[in-house]
Amino acid sequence: MKKMHKRVIPMFGLSMGVTLTMLGVVVLIPLASLVVFTAQMSISDIIETITRERVLASFRVSFSTAFIASLINEVMGVILAWVLVRYDFPGKRILDGMIELPFALPTAVAGIALTSLTSDKGMIGSFFARFGIKIAYTRIGITVALVFIGIPFVVRAVQPVLEKLDPVYEEAAGVMGADRSRIFRQVILPEILPAAFTGFGLAFGRCLGEYGSVVFIAGNQPFETEITPLIIMSELQEYDYSSATAIALVMLIAAFLILFLVNLIQSRNSKILGR
Amino acid sequence: MHKETFGSKLTKWVLIVISVLFVFIMLVLPLVTVITEALRSGWETYKEAVADEYTVKAALLTVEATLAAVIFNTIFGLFAAWTVTKFTFKGKKLLTTLIDVPVTVSPIIAGLIFVLTFGRQSFLYPYLEAADIKVVFAVPGIILATVFVTFPFISRELIPVLEAQGTDEEEAAALMGANGFTIFTKVTFPHIKWAFLYGVVLCAARAMGEFGAVSVLSGHLRGKTNTLPLHVEILFNEFKYVPAFAVSSILVMMAIVILIARSVIEYVGKKNGD
Amino acid sequence: MKKNKLLSAALASVLAASLFAGCGSESASSGDTADTSSAEKITLTNVSYDPTRELYAAYNEIFAQHWKEKTGQDVEITQSHGGSGKQALEVANGLEADVVTLALEYDVKAVQDAGLIEEGWVSEFDKDSAPYTSTIVFLVRKGNPKDIHDWDDLVKDGVGVITPNPKTSGGARWNYLAAWAYADNAFNGDEAQVKDFIKKLYQNVLVLDSGARGATTTFVENGQGDVLIAWENEAFLSIQDYPDDYEIITPSISILAQPSVAVVDEVVDKRGTREAATEYLSYLYSDEAQRIAGDNYYRPSDPDILQEYAGTFDLDINLVTIDDFGGWDSAQSTHFADGGVFDQIYEQG
Repeated sequence: MKKMHKRVIPMFGLSMGVTLTMLGVVVLIPLASLVVFTAQMSISDIIETITRERVLASFRVSFSTAFIASLINEVMGVILAWVLVRYDFPGKRILDGMIELPFALPTAVAGIALTSLTSDKGMIGSFFARFGIKIAYTRIGITVALVFIGIPFVVRAVQPVLEKLDPVYEEAAGVMGADRSRIFRQVILPEILPAAFTGFGLAFGRCLGEYGSVVFIAGNQPFETEITPLIIMSELQEYDYSSATAIALVMLIAAFLILFLVNLIQSRNSKILGR
Repeated sequence: MHKETFGSKLTKWVLIVISVLFVFIMLVLPLVTVITEALRSGWETYKEAVADEYTVKAALLTVEATLAAVIFNTIFGLFAAWTVTKFTFKGKKLLTTLIDVPVTVSPIIAGLIFVLTFGRQSFLYPYLEAADIKVVFAVPGIILATVFVTFPFISRELIPVLEAQGTDEEEAAALMGANGFTIFTKVTFPHIKWAFLYGVVLCAARAMGEFGAVSVLSGHLRGKTNTLPLHVEILFNEFKYVPAFAVSSILVMMAIVILIARSVIEYVGKKNGD
Repeated sequence: MKKNKLLSAALASVLAASLFAGCGSESASSGDTADTSSAEKITLTNVSYDPTRELYAAYNEIFAQHWKEKTGQDVEITQSHGGSGKQALEVANGLEADVVTLALEYDVKAVQDAGLIEEGWVSEFDKDSAPYTSTIVFLVRKGNPKDIHDWDDLVKDGVGVITPNPKTSGGARWNYLAAWAYADNAFNGDEAQVKDFIKKLYQNVLVLDSGARGATTTFVENGQGDVLIAWENEAFLSIQDYPDDYEIITPSISILAQPSVAVVDEVVDKRGTREAATEYLSYLYSDEAQRIAGDNYYRPSDPDILQEYAGTFDLDINLVTIDDFGGWDSAQSTHFADGGVFDQIYEQG
């Protein structure tokens, strides 16, 4: 059926060509060298490398903290985008303007600043310490750092879609007597879900690979708060390129699968919506 | 506008308070920490660190790499978003996923793959050497790394909007005989201009702050291949805690300038548009 | 009208910025070519590790003077600083360094293994090519509230230790080996007991930072732990900033940390800078240079000049060397490689 659909819009060849060329030069060729380097190891060596207990423990730490952090960002991102698009209140422009600031701060600086805030001597950390909660040098600290670096992804993915969304539908639904939560679930959510998923996928991927900020706040205790990128770094420090690339490849494949899944959900969503 | 009920008002303010609190704790406090640390030893130390010859050179290199990343990714972003949303073809999901991959690659790995591709161990190295082209540990490597880590930022902003918009208008325009360029500028671009602006800002902010990948590729040659984030790292490692934060605050200010510029453009543009 | 003006102003400033950036890079690159083509002036690149910046900033000045007097030629030195292991990797991958001045022999060896430095570099300069040395000491909070005087105080219950991860930080390997040397002596070489001691020590480690600088921040700025295991020169840098808050404790046994220097043969042969590069390193042993090292809290390798700094350094400390561990290759594979002793002490639970 799809093939029958004639392309009426021009420039398919050109734009596809440019896209693929740029993608190839910047992304595919360098990634290929990662695969080539790993391929110098035998399969059993690769498996042995990536199933070492310490590496597995680091996978658990990295994946769980990245997932929780992206989940927090998902919820907060949708709320923020909603507040920024739909409501008027004093200071809104400033709030809106600040969303990208975490990106501009070098991750190491962010890590140092967050650690000094959340250690038990810091402003936030001393508050929580009273309840016996430690933030810095625990997995909570890692999650905090990851939330910080992932903030803009979901907000900025959802915001443009919400802006394009015509309030007319909601008003119509409201006039027809649907209550607010129903309007949100049935009218708005389906529209912003694909964008929200994209944001989640990107935030998750970014969190998974984050190194600079996390090493300062994590404490880096093996089996407890040691993240996978740190393991990769220590392999490099031992001049063990192949182990480093093997572990890196696992991370890459995982990230790729998650993104692919997100894209699948997104396109299925568009189909449900009848496009 | 329909009338605001008590319930909707409550929701509104609860959501606003949650948002403001979240942004304050997660964003404002860390930034305030950076600024207070930067000024801890007084204004003179701050000025000295900021006006340092190497700081200025690092700032220029950062601006250069950021501009390069924005220009490259703009071109890519526009073409890629157009390709992905206006046509159906096999392997589309694979393509969109591949576009996203750079974000998910750990910055260290991003740097490493360029070193493996263009460094001394690569089979390309003798040719590059013969042609006297330096990629790694030189400015081209830094630009390449910056482009890589910000690769999907612009296309990713455009794709959801274009997807939500569909292809009807472009098809209609095409049937009426408009060429691709006209369709893009007259039909498509007005829909995506704000998303595009977001993308550019996102890309610029991320490019400025990029540390990991650039750090692997730069060689840290003082005054030659040091960007601002690397300069921060070096100062920090030299036990110059306060100057390190002072230089970081330049990045924060550069980001604020970009963000104000965006607000102005948006404000003016939307006023004109309405 | 007004809006258009604003917009065009914004555009103009963006254009100006890009032009500015373009010019900046152009002039920088033209400067580079002038440097290499001119016979009057030569450039050297010194790839070093982190806390040596002030040492080399001062040294580069006196060397430039010395070289000018000797040959009439101007010399400009470009510095690169970073984690020692990372710097070595970068040189191995094509960073054009005329000389490397790294934290340990093992890192220079990695450059040698990449084929850039010829064998035998260790004996090219005096004192195993280590013109200055350092050692491992403790930094404790003022008044020494936990009463820490030697290594065995670090394994007591309730003592929080801060040290970087020896797997990611080259410098931290010295910390680990110094502790090992103490235990080896205390338990007369009974390996099971030594391992147990090291295990207890690392169980007391609260934060295992990835680098020496991160560990110092954890200890000093974030107030974690009771004792920081650090290089002597870095400990001095820390108390320089906070003279009233910390004190340095020198343990009974420590290790002689020998930062190594070497000429990168492949690069100097290609660039024709061998003579200057060799002189650059050998002049490090001159009296003036040795004093610069001492002023920057490195121990001068010249014994007479070291005596001049007897007021700064504790010279009675019993120092073992890396040779007591059978050299770096052996130390590396026994202790720090995957599955080595350092991994074992964590994996036993």
